[in-house]
Amino acid sequence: MATLVMNQAPVGGFSFENCKRNAVLEGEANKVGCSMPAARKTGTTICGVVFKDGVVLGADTRATEGMIVADKNCSKIHYISPNIYCCGAGTAADTEMTTQIISSNLELHALSTGRLPRVATANRMLKQMLFRYQGYIGAALVLGGVDCNGPHLYSIYPHGSTDKLPYVTMGSGSLAAMAVFEDRYKPDMEEDEAKQLVRDAIAAGIFNDLGSGSNIDLSVITKGKVDYIRPHDEANKKGVRTGDYKYKRGTTGVLAKLVTPLNLELVEETVHTMDTS
Amino acid sequence: MKTRPNRICNRNTVYRKESGRNGITMNTRGLRSQLKDSVPVAGLCPQGAYGVQDSLRSGFTSVKNELLPSHPLELSEKNFQPNQDKMNFSTLRNIQGLHAPLKLQMEYRAARQIQRLPFLQSSNLALDTLRGNDESIGFEDILNDPTQSEMMGEPHMMVEYKLGLL
Repeated sequence: MATLVMNQAPVGGFSFENCKRNAVLEGEANKVGCSMPAARKTGTTICGVVFKDGVVLGADTRATEGMIVADKNCSKIHYISPNIYCCGAGTAADTEMTTQIISSNLELHALSTGRLPRVATANRMLKQMLFRYQGYIGAALVLGGVDCNGPHLYSIYPHGSTDKLPYVTMGSGSLAAMAVFEDRYKPDMEEDEAKQLVRDAIAAGIFNDLGSGSNIDLSVITKGKVDYIRPHDEANKKGVRTGDYKYKRGTTGVLAKLVTPLNLELVEETVHTMDTS
Repeated sequence: MKTRPNRICNRNTVYRKESGRNGITMNTRGLRSQLKDSVPVAGLCPQGAYGVQDSLRSGFTSVKNELLPSHPLELSEKNFQPNQDKMNFSTLRNIQGLHAPLKLQMEYRAARQIQRLPFLQSSNLALDTLRGNDESIGFEDILNDPTQSEMMGEPHMMVEYKLGLL
């Protein structure tokens, strides 16, 4: 293989070499009438609520690829640090990689400061990274956790704006979930009440939005304890078949039977050893 | 066939897509501010000897390819590190006076000189520590790792290029 003559050393990070080629390909495809394949999205319902001792995060479990369900049971609540979890909506790969990068950075930061990381730190890191890429990283996140200052809940949009609120929803089913929250949210709820509220909000998203479905995952974060309940509720169970199309032996009557034995004789036997070096 | 002239930026329009031939559209809003005082885009001042385009080393050229970046983020990503440094240095100068950025820049220059030969990957450990990049992970550590690059520069050419003999 010939070596190319390069003038500068290669740098890491995103490479934009193929953008022009992709634009040309898309133009060609549109002329013929086809379209480029769609990225896998988590058209989703995610939500979070602050209750008396902590934060409850909830998410559905359906991942879509255009009009097809790509994953019936995907996990949308990502780990950021022992006291902070993050739900992700938008392009599935973007939310995965973003939360993993921020989780690593937060771990390094916590090792450097020697303290438990704060939710505000994670929020600022996420917001600065998403703004740097100007919304091209399609990750809409609900970040929640409990730190030394109490429970906190943030919602982060793909372009980098954030909101600090007592209850938030994101994703394609966010309007359905927000309707439930607006009706029944009270400040300083008990844990069971908060779990029931989040479960109902996600169920509203699952039953009223095509992009959300399957089960409901919950994550209850309190000071010193995290309950990752997956699945909390199976809202959409796949049906069980009640009938069977197999016929019993003897359904068809046998009229006659003829057996012809096939005599094969061994002509030649060779052994090839495999080259496993 | 009448072709529309390509305009780079129009400050007064809200959101404008540019449609070239073959149905390729690109959002060119806000490009002028990025193009203005950044790392110069290649092609405007050809790098070969005698000021002529060096086809042997940089391939064929097209003005459109070089004037307009292929992705809106390309320019801002290429200049991200220099812009961060500029911002940090000017903040430091406003807070602590001129000596602080001067001393830091001297250290940066010293650290940047510790390199291996041009075609080998240098770890840049001192530079990373100065910048604070040794305590954070970004996309430049995960994607397109230069140590795993499939292309290798030709050693003789790269050293000659660096020494200015070419």
